[in-house]
Amino acid sequence: MAMIDNGPPDFRMYLPEIIKENYGKWEYHEHVKPGVLKHVGPAGALYTVRAGEPRLMSVDTIREICDIADEFCDGHLRFTSRNNIEFLTPKEENVEGIIEACAKHGFPVGGTGRALSNIVHTQGWVHCHTPASDASGIVKAVMDDLYEYFGTQTLPNKLHIAMACCLNMCGAAHCSDISIVAIHRTPPRIDHETVRKSSEIPPLVACCPTAAIRPNPKEKSVTVVEDRCMYCGNCYTMSPGMHIMDADNDGLAIMVGGKVSTARTDPSFSRMVIPFIKNNPPRWPEVTEAIRHIVETWINNANDGERLGEWIERIGWERFFSLTGLPFSELLIDDFIFSRETFHTSSAFKYTD
Amino acid sequence: MVENSKTPQLDELESGPWPSFVTEIKKAAAKNDMSKDLLGVLERSYHDKIGHWKHGGIVGVKGYGGGVVGRYTDLPEEFPAVKEFHTMRIAAPSGWFYDTNALRTLCDIWERHGSGITNVHGSTGDLIFLGTTTEELQPTFDELAENGFDLGGSGSDLRSPSCCVGPGRCEFACYDTLDMCYDITQEFQDELHRPMWPYKSKIKMSGCANDCVAAAARADFSVIGTWRDSIQIDNEAVKKYIEDGMDVREVVVKKCPTRCLSLSEDGELSVEASECTRCMHCINMMPKAIKQGKEKGATILVGAKSTIVQSAFMSWVLVPFMKMEAPYDEFKELVNTIWDWWDENGKTRERLGETIYRIGMGRFLRAVGLEAVPQMVYRPRANPYVFWPQDQIFAEANGGEN
Repeated sequence: MAMIDNGPPDFRMYLPEIIKENYGKWEYHEHVKPGVLKHVGPAGALYTVRAGEPRLMSVDTIREICDIADEFCDGHLRFTSRNNIEFLTPKEENVEGIIEACAKHGFPVGGTGRALSNIVHTQGWVHCHTPASDASGIVKAVMDDLYEYFGTQTLPNKLHIAMACCLNMCGAAHCSDISIVAIHRTPPRIDHETVRKSSEIPPLVACCPTAAIRPNPKEKSVTVVEDRCMYCGNCYTMSPGMHIMDADNDGLAIMVGGKVSTARTDPSFSRMVIPFIKNNPPRWPEVTEAIRHIVETWINNANDGERLGEWIERIGWERFFSLTGLPFSELLIDDFIFSRETFHTSSAFKYTD
Repeated sequence: MVENSKTPQLDELESGPWPSFVTEIKKAAAKNDMSKDLLGVLERSYHDKIGHWKHGGIVGVKGYGGGVVGRYTDLPEEFPAVKEFHTMRIAAPSGWFYDTNALRTLCDIWERHGSGITNVHGSTGDLIFLGTTTEELQPTFDELAENGFDLGGSGSDLRSPSCCVGPGRCEFACYDTLDMCYDITQEFQDELHRPMWPYKSKIKMSGCANDCVAAAARADFSVIGTWRDSIQIDNEAVKKYIEDGMDVREVVVKKCPTRCLSLSEDGELSVEASECTRCMHCINMMPKAIKQGKEKGATILVGAKSTIVQSAFMSWVLVPFMKMEAPYDEFKELVNTIWDWWDENGKTRERLGETIYRIGMGRFLRAVGLEAVPQMVYRPRANPYVFWPQDQIFAEANGGEN
């Protein structure tokens, strides 16, 4: 039997020599140009070329990435938390070669500084069991549409987009400048036989955050009080008999204004600004159009250096809605358990008529 | 094998400048029937607008409770090669540093045993092997283990800890995120591989408050690098920024959230250190001129999680400052104490933050033996409903101390 509990390999054996020498002693960094960073320490400089990858990759594509790293980086590379490749080399003269090789293999160079970085996302229809939409396809469509912002420095500040394929909101979608969240909108359809066969009733009842699920002794199953259900799908994770996916009514919501860094302002949640867009595969044009519109309104109105959420908090959300022309409705007003803190408790607001 | 090469909708996603995941699946499908059927299932989802995967029986490898996510298509007759199509989560090296030998080894193993499709990486930080049969799980694991690799976490266990690039390439790292991530991952192998808790638990380490792994947003234990003393200003370098055209007053001084920076007429930048909250803005803007303080460590925050079920939580301050040096005993002790409390008090599928929220910070702090400090809250409570510990009240009334 194989060894267990190896843990991950020790990262130290993968570090390039320049990193070992400058480890913990880095002095400063420069943004050389889109996608290229220069970090300087006592032992010299390290150049990083950042390139986007599709997250879902075949082993042959990983081997192509390895070929580039072998040719220019003595076999050293890393990946970022946002699905970017980073080619690492102390040789300035190798930077252009890496960029050319990336172009040849179709990896866009960019994602640094005041740019759109790659989208963090979930599995969607590729492999998830509760998705309300695909993830990879929407991400591909959005990145194609906003491609110009990945390899340039034309945004007020960085732009982090995340995509979650259900209301679980995996992937820090709740704290991103823009998040695309796939949502269910109808109560689960109960397959009593599957519930009976595969689920314990008490934990299934207990898992519901709004107490919408009640025992159904007659069926040895459960019932759902439909007007209490908020379609979160938690019950489907507990029992495969609680069918939450609904081809006709699932779709996407858009949330904006989140961030995780503390720079200037504290971390903040993304807030819903579009409650629903129908699933429209394969390229979801209504989603790409809505996101482009929000990004362009931000570019045209924000002060230099403002993240999307900082800009909105400065001008006020009422102004955000008037500038974007996005319709406001009661669907956007929180009515779950932490709603009160979002209500405007003063007469100091802006008229937007 | 059903002929399923007709994928008109997915084909649409091969055009455009961004690298295409469809092209990736097709590349794998040229060599592998599982990937070919994945393409078929996915095209069907694009047509039906619904997912075609279901969760099923528990699958895994010997000695482990986590690391494998069982997946089965609901269309097994049409797409028999993905009747079983399980995910394996492979623990990634700290900071996602690799060399090409390691990556090629992983590719070879996966090509032999699975679909040849990966995610580099999954959101938690593991390298994902996407799709293989139940039968191939153990042989895949055996080869991984022989080559020094291991599975990551899944289910109600410690999920694979992850960290930013830290001292490997960043002058902002206030502690050695890479080493700490590796150290605690090794320390907590049992917690990582054998689910035993109410729900998942995450530890994420960012070397500074820029928080490049979004620890504050999603980790039950967010370890955010910071310092205790004053930022260090090199005014020669400040002048260089000014000469190079930076409007330091506008883009640095005026954007300081506590207004603790001032710039004199002749370009001298100074700080009122006691008022600085170490937000990183000025350092981000002028990395050559402003350095962090010298007394470095981390703030420990707890409770972050994504939306499901009781709304999203951002993690909040528990320990304002902790030295972060190997072997990280103080941190490990704290985490163990809190896990014990959570294991005792948490309900099924309740993350740490939700348990604390339900039971109350006061009771939580008393239980884990931490003293309340004002840094834990933005502002104190606005209601008088204190859950007074009755034994203390009784003791005080009797003139005793407890």
